[in-house]
Amino acid sequence: MIQAEGLTKRYGETQALAGVDFSVPAGTILGLLGPNGAGKTTAVRVLTTLALPDSGRGTVAGIDVVKHPGEVRRHIGVAAQDATLDPLLTGRQNLVLVGELSDMGRAPARARATELLAQFELTDAADRVLKGYSGGMRRRLDLGAALMTRPPVLFLDEPTTGLDPTSRQRVWEAIRELLGEGVTVLLTTQYLEEADALAHRIVVVDHGKVIANGTPTELKEASRSARLEVSLAAPDTDGRAAGAMAPLVSGRVHVSEDGRRLSAGVDASPGLATAVVRALDAAGVLVDNIEVRQPSLDDVFFSLTGGHIEGEDEDEAIGSAGGAAAASAGGGGKSAERQELEGVRA
Amino acid sequence: MTTTTLTPTSVGLDRSRSGGSVFGALADIWAMTRRNLVHIAREPMQLSDVTIQPVLFTVLFVYIFGGAIALPGGGSYVNYLLAGILALNLVTSVMGTAVGLSTDLHEGMIDRFRTLPMWRSAVLVGRSMADLLTSLLCALIVGLTGLAVGWRPGANDISVLGGFALVIFFAYALTWIAACVGLNAKSPESAASFGFIVLFPLAFVSNAMVPTQHMPGWLQAVAEWNPVSAVCAGTRVLWGNPNPAGALHAWPMQHPIEASLIWSVVLIGLAAPLAAHFFRRRTTE
Repeated sequence: MIQAEGLTKRYGETQALAGVDFSVPAGTILGLLGPNGAGKTTAVRVLTTLALPDSGRGTVAGIDVVKHPGEVRRHIGVAAQDATLDPLLTGRQNLVLVGELSDMGRAPARARATELLAQFELTDAADRVLKGYSGGMRRRLDLGAALMTRPPVLFLDEPTTGLDPTSRQRVWEAIRELLGEGVTVLLTTQYLEEADALAHRIVVVDHGKVIANGTPTELKEASRSARLEVSLAAPDTDGRAAGAMAPLVSGRVHVSEDGRRLSAGVDASPGLATAVVRALDAAGVLVDNIEVRQPSLDDVFFSLTGGHIEGEDEDEAIGSAGGAAAASAGGGGKSAERQELEGVRA
Repeated sequence: MTTTTLTPTSVGLDRSRSGGSVFGALADIWAMTRRNLVHIAREPMQLSDVTIQPVLFTVLFVYIFGGAIALPGGGSYVNYLLAGILALNLVTSVMGTAVGLSTDLHEGMIDRFRTLPMWRSAVLVGRSMADLLTSLLCALIVGLTGLAVGWRPGANDISVLGGFALVIFFAYALTWIAACVGLNAKSPESAASFGFIVLFPLAFVSNAMVPTQHMPGWLQAVAEWNPVSAVCAGTRVLWGNPNPAGALHAWPMQHPIEASLIWSVVLIGLAAPLAAHFFRRRTTE
């Protein structure tokens, strides 16, 4: 239903897409996963006719996005990363406007708007100006706007970035419901948990390239290495603990900001924990807790992208897989990629 | 129950029909026009530009300057002034076009429009239609305020309406210049400065408020060829109000109606395609 073949796109000095291929079969969700600036948004912009690729081909519902953008627009719904609704209109007026501009006709647009407002629990706020909406309400309305024409193909660009866990849950539920209606979805996200929970297949992109492609299970299996996490009684200020661990692990030892949590990738060999504890003891380091974890999607992601999801939140993301990290990472990295692109264009 | 499930309460889009019809484009323009009218109604600043400002300007100029200004050749100042007040209000209000378009481009709203199967230029045309409608409202308010403070046209109704139309047409032409500015502005704020840097001098260095006869020679020459002077003089002629500029030798002052129409047509002819070009450039990546 959605096809990307060798898409490339350069903004000034930035190679946003360096040959991206993927396809989304009808009725499935593809999770496009990657750190900020990886090219997720650019890929979506090309496939939603907002940007022209420098080379390569994109098709949506079998229609070429460069040759017939107008036809493509009749088949897609887009919820972009930046809220793209009119702050001076009410929620209802926004939806009706989108419907009218999509040639739905006024009466059907009104009926559909009422239906969607109810579906996203926005009926009470329907006739309030958007300025007074919370972030979560705006995102839900944005999703509603994307669904106005009941498009067969949906593009959701980081639909839950910046949302609190409850709002995220609601958006997830809405997306799951859509799948039941046979919609095809391309979802971009920075949150592994989100991709894991919603997507049939995951494509990991970094630096404009696809670096992994598979089902969530396949990706987890692909990265066999387990993860070792050690909590110390006192901060590792002089690097003694990290130094003692280094020969026993693969890759570098990551030290948390407070210096008390150390983590690293390991090959799960028998007696590994014992060896680590002994090494640390020999170095005179007191260990509070030690854990060897089987890979989560986070680990897969880190091993694939070289560990940079969003600089500032790296500690948390490594420390706790999934939910907490995703929720707390929310605001910080929001739309940095987009801003970067804006900067280049301006 | 069965019937309700068989007839859904809402339908999606008929995707078999291809878009791009003239009817579709008109519907898009109308939808965008209404959106922009809602904006004007919700933004106190924009609304006051077309409602309070005209009343204020008319009353202030009539009562403050009215006694101090003597018209060459005589005549009532309020009868002279009203065409100028109308031009001043309409010319400065086109700033809204520049700011509005710039805001649309910067708020990501344009991306939403660009993913919809709409006629893309409806963003531009809808904007200018909304501005045209607000111009009409502004003109009505200026006319009524004028009548209240003693303005009396000395021509038949058709001719008076023609006078209004002359100014409104010129203001409409200016909205396309404003659109070009808004489409190139770095921010809505810098688009707003266009109003102060270009529109105010344009409106004031003219015969809108005072006859040009008292201005220094060089400034008088500029004012005589300023399109706003032609528009004001033309409107005064159509309204049967005093028009001291008729005694001046510059061609636009001798033929103010023709001159304003030529200015307006030339401005639209140049600025509208240019705005469409800038719009395409700004929305292609």
